[in-house]
Amino acid sequence: MSWVRVCGADEIDEEDVIRFDHGGRTFAVYRSPENEYYATDGLCTHEKVHLADGLVMDDIIECPKHNGRFNYKTGEAKGAPVCINLRTYPVKVEADTVYIDID
Amino acid sequence: MKAARRDYSLLGPERQRAFERGLASGQWYQCPVPRKRMKELMQRSDHPALERAILWFALILGTGALAVWSWGSWWGIPAFFLYGTIVTGAADSRWHECGHRTAFKTQWMNDWIYQFACFFLYREPTVWRWSHARHHTDTIIVGRDPEIITPRPPDILGLILTIFNLKGGLLTIRNVFLHAVGRISDEEKDYIPESEWPKLVITARIWIAIWAAIIALSLVMWSWLPIVLLMLPQFYGHWLVLFFGMTQHIGLADDVLDHRLNTRTVYMNPVFRFLYSNMNYHVEHHMFPQVPFHALPALHEEIKDDCPEPYPSTWAAYKEIFPTIFRQLREPDYWVQRKLPPRKQLAPEADDVATVPAE
Repeated sequence: MSWVRVCGADEIDEEDVIRFDHGGRTFAVYRSPENEYYATDGLCTHEKVHLADGLVMDDIIECPKHNGRFNYKTGEAKGAPVCINLRTYPVKVEADTVYIDID
Repeated sequence: MKAARRDYSLLGPERQRAFERGLASGQWYQCPVPRKRMKELMQRSDHPALERAILWFALILGTGALAVWSWGSWWGIPAFFLYGTIVTGAADSRWHECGHRTAFKTQWMNDWIYQFACFFLYREPTVWRWSHARHHTDTIIVGRDPEIITPRPPDILGLILTIFNLKGGLLTIRNVFLHAVGRISDEEKDYIPESEWPKLVITARIWIAIWAAIIALSLVMWSWLPIVLLMLPQFYGHWLVLFFGMTQHIGLADDVLDHRLNTRTVYMNPVFRFLYSNMNYHVEHHMFPQVPFHALPALHEEIKDDCPEPYPSTWAAYKEIFPTIFRQLREPDYWVQRKLPPRKQLAPEADDVATVPAE
């Protein structure tokens, strides 16, 4: 396990996403409408666009470039133009701080 | 000295050139819009699209009934022309918005109207979903964009044939039969991933079955009516697709990574905006495709100070487009250079977005 601090829990709005860069890698970290936190790879598997510029709708992240959709809780690609699932990462919140396990 | 005619195919030397110049899958300029505001603009709703869809289907049924009623008389000619314009001409922007899955919040509504519009445009759903994704990745990048309406110098015969879809429509009919037996061209394979090919084959077979049913109905009725009503508006109603489509990019720059230079925003009247689903805000759409059609006027207000002057009317756009086309026949290297406003004070997070001009 390799937990890395992302941000304060309140720094992500409800039903929103932020970009988190670490060690030459980029991630997308989400806060769901149910106030739960999730993390995925930061780039769309279709055209390498930052998902953090996209729209979070319930458990879906929509890519800002081609409107490809993923379930950010499972990483599942929801149909064309995205065909490859996103990698997801464990997330924990301790003392109002969000951490992701980037291993 | 006259420049050599460029190869607009997706598998020719221009493809490699686009990669070498960093134009393929490039980083496009985006006007700075605060995240909070962009989130508001991106929000989805069923209501605006549903209202327009109900009106569209009512118009299809109304004009279709008028066409059937006038069948056999000379009144049938304007009646079918009107019906075709509504069912096919207005299908283009519905196809487009539902293809992006931004028109409705409810996904099955996007998907069903997308399929309906595809059928009445003779656009194979899988082919065009992927070709349009490429069009957004590489807008008017020669050798990459499969949706460039006409090259430089312009293909006048091709444009004339496109008025009644006699180029793309007939090609699609041929391709449907090829796809139905699993034959997919190398160009299509360039932008459609292999995992999607089975969908292409299945849809082609479904379309052939529908065409066969329509033809069978015509035979049973011993009348051309079902064919003219369901299989030919894709031709006689296509003029409106070209009428709006030509305003989007023709005559502007190619091989740039800035939609403000290769795309037009044109102010249009409310009737055109209904038929065209606000796609007259085309710079806005290309720059932020996640913003649904009903929010494009608001997005326009947000970014217009960072964009060239919009065209005040469709007429004004065509006053530029037609002379440009004819000039490009003589001077293929000519294009309209849009005047960008002074660089807007950018938000810090947008400061690293670069504009890459053409050579």
